[in-house]
Amino acid sequence: MRNAFAAELSAVASEDERIVLLSGDIGNRLFDRYKEKFNDRFFNCGVAEANMTSMAAGMALCGLRPITYTITPFNTTRCLEQIKIDICYHNLPVIIVGVGSGLSYAGLGPTHHSCEDIAFLRALPNMTIICPGDVWEVRLALGAAIVQGGPAYIRLGKKNEPVVHEGAPDFTIGKGILVRPGTEVCVLSTGNMLPVSVQASEELGKRGCSAAVFSCHTVKPLDEQLLFECFDKFRVVVTVEEHSVIGGFGSSVAEWLADHAPRKAYLCRIGTADQFLHEAGGQDYARHYFGLTPTGIAEKALRRLEARNSRGYPAPPSR
Amino acid sequence: MEINFTELAAIARSIRGKLVEMSHQARAPHLGSSLSCVDILVAAYWTALRIDPQKPYDPDRDRFILSKGHAASALFATLAYRGFFPVELLYSYAQPGSCLAEHPGPGCAPGVEAATGSLGHGLSMGIGMALAGRIQGRSYRVFALVSDGECNEGSVWEAAMFAPARCLDNLVAIIDFNGWQATGRSCEVMALKPFREKWESFGWHAHEVDGHDLKQLVAMLQQVPDGRGKPIAIVAHTIKGKGVSFMEDDNNWHYRIPTAEEVNAARRELGLR
Repeated sequence: MRNAFAAELSAVASEDERIVLLSGDIGNRLFDRYKEKFNDRFFNCGVAEANMTSMAAGMALCGLRPITYTITPFNTTRCLEQIKIDICYHNLPVIIVGVGSGLSYAGLGPTHHSCEDIAFLRALPNMTIICPGDVWEVRLALGAAIVQGGPAYIRLGKKNEPVVHEGAPDFTIGKGILVRPGTEVCVLSTGNMLPVSVQASEELGKRGCSAAVFSCHTVKPLDEQLLFECFDKFRVVVTVEEHSVIGGFGSSVAEWLADHAPRKAYLCRIGTADQFLHEAGGQDYARHYFGLTPTGIAEKALRRLEARNSRGYPAPPSR
Repeated sequence: MEINFTELAAIARSIRGKLVEMSHQARAPHLGSSLSCVDILVAAYWTALRIDPQKPYDPDRDRFILSKGHAASALFATLAYRGFFPVELLYSYAQPGSCLAEHPGPGCAPGVEAATGSLGHGLSMGIGMALAGRIQGRSYRVFALVSDGECNEGSVWEAAMFAPARCLDNLVAIIDFNGWQATGRSCEVMALKPFREKWESFGWHAHEVDGHDLKQLVAMLQQVPDGRGKPIAIVAHTIKGKGVSFMEDDNNWHYRIPTAEEVNAARRELGLR
């Protein structure tokens, strides 16, 4: 994802001279091409994310389109107040790009995990949150975030994630993308869990359960139309994210559901548990630990489907 | 153009009188903090800043950021007296529904460059503006007014390290060093001293001035850039509550609201009716 981001950044910067890249002392070599062409619009801001974030706001106040880039926890929670006040309160077109989101850098330990960033940033007025599902979505997210013209957070994985889309999908902020059709269970995946979610739907298929998959790349604003459709059509809606079940995508869907219940489908939220991971191990290990695997997702979805089928559901509200 | 310092001093006295009134009417705190920076604001807005109150959004204008946002009343009164908006608007300060709140909001009034109030943000925003000017080929300067207490914030020192690394000679940090923060002497709460030397050692061209001496302030603020290729730090030694004898250097006036009698006494001292 980060390579796709760097390539796309060079492309958009050549067309838009307002683009400025602020890096928090990261991306060694990654931005060489960009720096070669746009050296006057690149700043290594050092390990000083609060200053970097406020500087981005100052640049945006003068008509530029700054993009801040560093490892997710440092670009989100470390400088949360600067994001709240300087970017969101002023409603400025600054794009915050977090790399190594969720458990991407699991081996580096909880200092480098980010399983709470969506929760924090989702609460900020004016903020748009985009979690691309593969490299196609990364490329399209950057362009869309620039066009939308307000604060945006793009939550990236690392590199060499499986590519899900066969070509450029139809990408609109706030609109989910159908990735696999299905009839019984609907998996709403956000961010880098998309390939795993597709595998989970295949696993469900093997077990006789037809499961659709959508890439819900935008966590805020929610695709409410899609939620109405999914909760009225399927028996179980599963949210999948490499983020805590507290405050993330699943939480926002649960909030929506609380406001619009009862609906036909049951909700099943899958994410990281309310705990730090104290053990060493890479992303695969960490995902396994938290049940963020095709089998883990499929089994949890099936248990929820069983509950749904045995307990039934309240009648949908009259419209 | 010759500067009439008697006139400048009279403007500063009028603004101080207005601030005491505003605090009383709005029952809004931070009067001492507002009074300490009035001469800095007057020197900047009347003699140094390249601004046109009729064109508050001119992309080539100098930027002034009140990083110590709790002195909002001082900024608002300065902007009003300088012609950015009608002085009558000051009567709405901190009233329900007013655009002039106890801290400056984003775009709340013409001339307000940034929303501040949480300390330690303004200087960094100013660096962003200064870099933007460089990228866009504009020759404007950026001035950020920081308080001594504000320098407790680590982000101030992130900014202090970054600006010299980029040789931002179009950037000025003015520190309103009134010696107090909310609940104590600023040099006792944190080890601020040696203060000017800190800025100097971080790579700034750092000066110390009497923050109530308009001549010293004007001389300093009118020489930006100063040809040294560094950002400029001006440590302005001030008195909290300056201009009103019974408020001067008394930190109770960080939060205290003046009574009607105190407003009258203050205005008399300032030579105002």
